[in-house]
Amino acid sequence: MSDHTKYFKIEGEGDRADGFEKVTGKAKFTAEHQIPDLAYGVFVCSTIAKGTIKNLNDALALKAAGVLDVISFKNCPNIPGYNSLTAEGKKNNQEWRGLKVLNDNKVRFFGQPIALIVADSFQNATDAIKLVKADYEKEDFETDFHKARKDANQLKQGATSKRGNVEAYKNAPVFIEAEYTIPMEVHNPMEMHSSIAVWDGDDKLTVYDKTQNPKRTQSAIASAFGISDKNVRVITEFVGGAFGSGLRSWLNLPAACIAAKKLKRPVKVVLTRPQMFSLVGYRPQSWQKIGMGADRTGKLIGISHAAVSNTSRYEDFREGIVDVSKFLYACDNVDTDYKILPLDVSTPTWMRGPGESTGCYALECAMDELAYALKMDPVELRIINHADVNPENKLPWSTKYLKECYETGKEKIGWKNRSKIPGKLKENGMLVGYGMGSGVFGAGRNAASARAILKEDGTLILQSAVSDMGPGTTTSMTKIAAENLQMPLHKIKFMLGDSDLPPGPGQGGSSTTSSLGTAVTLVCETLKQSLKELAVQKIDAFKNAATTDLDVKNETVFSPKDNTIKIPITELMKAAGKPSIEIVKDSPGNNPQEIKYASFSFSTHFVKVHVHPKTGEIQLKQIVTTGDAGKIVSENTARSQMLGGAVGGIGMALKEELKFDHQTGEIENASFGTYHVPLHTDIPPIDVWFVNKPDFIVNPVGAKGLGEIALIGFAAAVANAVFNATGKRVRDLPISPEKLGFKSA
Amino acid sequence: MLTCKNDKGRRDFIKRSTAIAALYLTPSIFVRAATFHTVIPQPIPKEKLSVEINGKSYHLEVDARTSLLDLLREQIGLTGTKKGCDMGQCGACIIHVNGKRVNSCMTLAIDNDAKKITTIEGLAEGDQLHPMQEAFIKHDGMQCGYCTPGQIMSAVACVREGQATSRESIKEYMEGNICRCGSYQNIVDAIMEVKQSGKKV
Repeated sequence: MSDHTKYFKIEGEGDRADGFEKVTGKAKFTAEHQIPDLAYGVFVCSTIAKGTIKNLNDALALKAAGVLDVISFKNCPNIPGYNSLTAEGKKNNQEWRGLKVLNDNKVRFFGQPIALIVADSFQNATDAIKLVKADYEKEDFETDFHKARKDANQLKQGATSKRGNVEAYKNAPVFIEAEYTIPMEVHNPMEMHSSIAVWDGDDKLTVYDKTQNPKRTQSAIASAFGISDKNVRVITEFVGGAFGSGLRSWLNLPAACIAAKKLKRPVKVVLTRPQMFSLVGYRPQSWQKIGMGADRTGKLIGISHAAVSNTSRYEDFREGIVDVSKFLYACDNVDTDYKILPLDVSTPTWMRGPGESTGCYALECAMDELAYALKMDPVELRIINHADVNPENKLPWSTKYLKECYETGKEKIGWKNRSKIPGKLKENGMLVGYGMGSGVFGAGRNAASARAILKEDGTLILQSAVSDMGPGTTTSMTKIAAENLQMPLHKIKFMLGDSDLPPGPGQGGSSTTSSLGTAVTLVCETLKQSLKELAVQKIDAFKNAATTDLDVKNETVFSPKDNTIKIPITELMKAAGKPSIEIVKDSPGNNPQEIKYASFSFSTHFVKVHVHPKTGEIQLKQIVTTGDAGKIVSENTARSQMLGGAVGGIGMALKEELKFDHQTGEIENASFGTYHVPLHTDIPPIDVWFVNKPDFIVNPVGAKGLGEIALIGFAAAVANAVFNATGKRVRDLPISPEKLGFKSA
Repeated sequence: MLTCKNDKGRRDFIKRSTAIAALYLTPSIFVRAATFHTVIPQPIPKEKLSVEINGKSYHLEVDARTSLLDLLREQIGLTGTKKGCDMGQCGACIIHVNGKRVNSCMTLAIDNDAKKITTIEGLAEGDQLHPMQEAFIKHDGMQCGYCTPGQIMSAVACVREGQATSRESIKEYMEGNICRCGSYQNIVDAIMEVKQSGKKV
């Protein structure tokens, strides 16, 4: 049983529930579990982009010191779930769809694992990599997105939609057309993906895995190996970041399970940082074209949004890139077209603000371009086109305070200082620019379960099989329970990260607080009811009271009408002879049939930049980021999430780009030295502001979710600010001095 | 920018272990099947190593190829020090060796004989957290917590070395510590507070 969540150690309501573990090094991440007799697995990866392995010479490696086995297509045991014709295979279709690691001799991308060396130490395993030689029959491949996307035959349909007259924008008095491109971006959480598999016999195992969804990982393994879910236990106490990379399982997981089963010994597989660039997904590369037209007052007449994003050759990956154009602004004529482009690369996956952050970059830049074409303030243009109901289905918003976000952002950044004409404002010799962008993401609620165990000593344990990659689920759930039960935080302990606990939702789509918070609220309400019933049944003073007349607060059951009727919970349980009360509640999630409202979170990002007039160096000077995310359950951790979204947005706007050598198909910059993520010195003062008004239509907690909106729209704000500073519009991320027309030094 | 080794350490390092380092501190992407070797390497004999870690003496037999980071995490079980890249580019593995901050992934374990090592597990005095640990909690200088031990060890060195004179100088000093969750602003807030409090670090 994972039991890492100590009580809040430091005084103060704002603290992170698991902060103590994190600052002392006590927090156990996946690869850190001490398992006796552990063997180490490392991948040998392909050195071609596409083809067939003709011969894999592993004889020398097998003789090397400490090497226990080399597992490849030559000797990989049969995995029932790898066979798409079996029942397990069909069930497992989602997880290891096209790439069945170690199981066949096909190479589908450069750096694909072709063998797993298992040895008695990490050093011996790593040392044997160079002793494995593969002979390949190479095939032609394509990794160049912009070359391939121009060939319509290469594209696969994603989705299209039409509302009103297609291409109405072209007949508008004022219109713009522009193309926007974003390279692949890689999640790169600081903890590498890793798995430890420990079999107990042939049909039962425990897996330590870095996952955002222990229950999904559990069923993925169970179906792969043809065993029942209950025979698989997945433990994920702490997740060292993920940002989407942990939403599905990757090759390290089945590889560890296969090796551990074959060798009858626990096996740990930890990816290397370079492998983190090719084996655990990334934000797909994209091309977008937006056409947008308005009348002279700024009222939108039409939006046309087309997009292509890449997938792999062996799996289709689609995301909602063009969806934002359908509902962010009131507009009668909207058409969208989304296609995917298979390349000989690994499969992309959801990355923070999936789809929407790509789409909002283009849409929010286009709005800025239209505002200049109209000679209008970009914020004013957005307010003119504010959608009072969801334009897509005419449903009312459950809550929407986007206008407050605009106003607060404007005020805090000093929008009044912005020059209406680009390239005109200077400060200390630097060009000054102001820009903004909006973000939006669905506020969903999924099924979740939670268990409450109230103990005789008055402490409360809450449990659910979720994992937490950093937003602070333990903190927010503890606070939800403390508020509901009106009891002290330090007496509540929230436990997660174990598939044996009641099923929890995956941590994705900004929905954990909404989904699990509902289950926690339900279980707390039920617990209060049980305590009231217990008091009426067992305590004399309560004999004539109705449970509806009673309340539970401050660890006491009492009657608000009669102050002689009260009993502390600890005394009640003792008197009733109950050492503990245990309750499990399931929350079913939203029923799509019953949805009468459109529920979304909204954000705005305002930035101020300096651009050097001679070198084009771009410096962020100030950031104001605002969120309409419903009720803020935990202010400290919510604020941190918003800060993190802004930092991720800085990477997207100015730094991050995965590069390929299209001659070989190899990634050129698979390290932190060459793939540039935001560092301490990249971060200007960031001001976070929340509307903090509850949305009780989404859930009883009132929280809408904010992980995604923290990032969505941010890159556009930077791009728009750089245009405001320089008058140069860069539509290809990341923005650099070179793309602004400055020669590199 | 990071102070990785003192001079003696660097000389020893080069003298004793150039070959080992070349082989075993090479990022594994560069050691692929493409560089196929046809001779099985001789088994590497274990070497004796005596170190003091968090005030406790250890007398160990160590595979000469083992980095100090892997020694801590895999052999001794001190997993508070994190592996984030294994090539000195992220700062997650920063510890103090003889009082100086070091990327523990970039130094071989056997190169640390007779040295005094402090890891995140050795920072608190019993139940009493180090002021920097308290400040990180107070300012929420973390989200996932994975880079946190490295950030804290760097932050302590920053204040001790007198580099915490302004937000800008703190950022410069902390440049080698990547936080992918983006808690940078809160981390700088925490360091500023510790510096301004004048507490002994």
